[in-house]
Amino acid sequence: MNAAPVRFPLRLLLCAAAAGLIGLSTPALAADAVKIGLLSTLSGPGAGLGIDIRDGFQLAVKLNGGKLGGLPTEVVVADDQASPDVGRQTADRLVKRDKVDFMTGIVFSNVMLAVGAPTFASKTFYISANAGPSQYAGEQCNPFFFSASYQNDNMHEAVGKTVTDKGFKRVALIAPNYPAGKDALTGFKRFFKGEVVSESYTPLNLLDYGAELSKLRAAKPDAVYIFLPGGLGINFIKQFVGAGLSKDMTLFGPGFSGDEDVIKAVGEPMLGMFNTSQWAHDLDNAANKKFVTAFEKEYGRLPTLYAAQGYDAAQLIGAAVRDTKGKLDDKAAVRKALEAAKFDSVRGSFKFNSNHFPVQDYYLRVIIKDSKGRITNRTLGTVFKNHADAYVGNCKIPAN
Amino acid sequence: MTGILILEQALNGLQFGLMLFLLAAGLTLVFGIMDMINLAHGSLYMVGAYLVAAATAASGSFWVGLGAGIVGAALFGVLLELSVLRRLYARDHLSQVLGTFAILLMCNEAVRFIWGSQPVLLSPPESLAGPVELLPGFYYPAYRLLIIGVGLAVALGLWALITRTRIGMQVRAGASNREMALAMGVPVRALFTALFGLGAALCAVAGGMLGPLLAVQVGMGESILILAFVVIVIGGIGSVRGALLGALLVGVVDTAGRTLIPMVFESLFGPEVAGNAGPAVASILIYVLMAAVLFFKPQGLFPSHG
Repeated sequence: MNAAPVRFPLRLLLCAAAAGLIGLSTPALAADAVKIGLLSTLSGPGAGLGIDIRDGFQLAVKLNGGKLGGLPTEVVVADDQASPDVGRQTADRLVKRDKVDFMTGIVFSNVMLAVGAPTFASKTFYISANAGPSQYAGEQCNPFFFSASYQNDNMHEAVGKTVTDKGFKRVALIAPNYPAGKDALTGFKRFFKGEVVSESYTPLNLLDYGAELSKLRAAKPDAVYIFLPGGLGINFIKQFVGAGLSKDMTLFGPGFSGDEDVIKAVGEPMLGMFNTSQWAHDLDNAANKKFVTAFEKEYGRLPTLYAAQGYDAAQLIGAAVRDTKGKLDDKAAVRKALEAAKFDSVRGSFKFNSNHFPVQDYYLRVIIKDSKGRITNRTLGTVFKNHADAYVGNCKIPAN
Repeated sequence: MTGILILEQALNGLQFGLMLFLLAAGLTLVFGIMDMINLAHGSLYMVGAYLVAAATAASGSFWVGLGAGIVGAALFGVLLELSVLRRLYARDHLSQVLGTFAILLMCNEAVRFIWGSQPVLLSPPESLAGPVELLPGFYYPAYRLLIIGVGLAVALGLWALITRTRIGMQVRAGASNREMALAMGVPVRALFTALFGLGAALCAVAGGMLGPLLAVQVGMGESILILAFVVIVIGGIGSVRGALLGALLVGVVDTAGRTLIPMVFESLFGPEVAGNAGPAVASILIYVLMAAVLFFKPQGLFPSHG
């Protein structure tokens, strides 16, 4: 009777040890399918952004016949409602219950920062299709985080340089009061050499900019720089033009404030606005032409930069699946394949820096009426060639 | 320069206050007369704005769109009253809150289902898209002036309707003493339905007028609904005159607070602190105003109940 309780756990232990040995001796098995968790903002004022990421991502899967890197692909789509709490819970579910191989899709940096920790802890690779917070580029950089978009500061740095190059001396800055808003104005000021006459941080849900416009009228800058994504920018620009300020000052923005979603809502008043982006729908390369044509055909509208980022994120995952021959459990090999980034990006040249953020070109675009009478962006030229972010020096990812 | 800044802010405050009044007028009548808390009032505003946007897109004219949207929203309001809300009058406030909150959620999803979750384009008429020179060197958006004009006209019309017509008399009677009005033979059911339609039409006017200025999007009704409730609490529940005064007070205080407080903070502490603390303090201001009014006049400025 005394021996019985001992014998049973012992047998169990032996079994476990045997299983462990088998587990150790078997090389990572090739998966027969890829599962991707696409967690994005699909409701509320930021929904347009998330929808474009989703559509761009799914277009890439569709064009490859439902496969990425040769394996059948399942995309689990979920809504983070632009809320860090909801995002974190949903990410937990995707990682633990659905056991996705990759995560992607988040629009807003505050949601990204909340989702990062549990995702990285489960050794799931996160491929960002938009948010690129400075934290993950610098001290908190992570082997499991890859940005297929940009680092938050980059686009604003490009505008800062453009505004300086065009000879503007007095600039007023407006951004929402949240982490990416501060990254934005920091980035702008890093490359702008003139005088900043006013700097406003507005609430993230502000829709009536009457007060800000009167302040602009009083401050008399010669240029205004806004980082107001989605509906915020739509309103600001309409009201800015309505108040007659567009005659006295030139409006600049990052690509977010001057892309198809904003153009569609604002219309004519957008004409002549300068903005910067790492991508444009008229970039002259084969991958981009294929993407833009297919996107227009599939969804009946021009893609935004968000859609392009979603498409590239899917392609990057596809390249990693292909190059590891589907052995997705071999994390070191997957990481190596992702770092190599062997895919035809819609933005032309694309490579990763040591902090897993892209080193890429940034372009200046202007909003015009094209030959078909559509109001849209035209690329004017390159602002930065092979531009890296400012935080890479603080990143200490152990070598693979 | 500061003179122009203050003048511009005063006009902005007036414009915002008048639009708030359009929402608050309907809300205060429904609340005051039917004793019904209607959280779906913001949805009528949203549905109205969407209908105006859709009709504008279909007809190509903002004015036709506005007219069609107002009629459509009034019909929607009447339909809502006849089908659902009528059954909630006799229930307690908790049931009403839950019921109308459900309607709010359903409206949001229905709008998302029909129009998608991206904001819908609604532009002001071409001729009003630019600025007008009011004083030498002072330009003001023509469209905001139009909003002020429409707001004043509607306020005047409502005043005439309520003080100069038989229906208005019945409404006032209902607001000050519902049971007595019932006993005196006021056709309550028809009156409630008509009132609800009127409230919905006013919402559509506000939604349609503000659409080009703000954004026609899902959830646009919720934030403004809270302000409308503040307005009717300040003004006195059931009183249209109170709603007008409350709305103008809230509009001016909100606008002035949002400009002046961040400016003061910025000169004292710098832009980061102003960005963090300014809007917070400014938005508290309205509630401070509400608390102050309730402290001195617990029934609001113009109580209509006896």
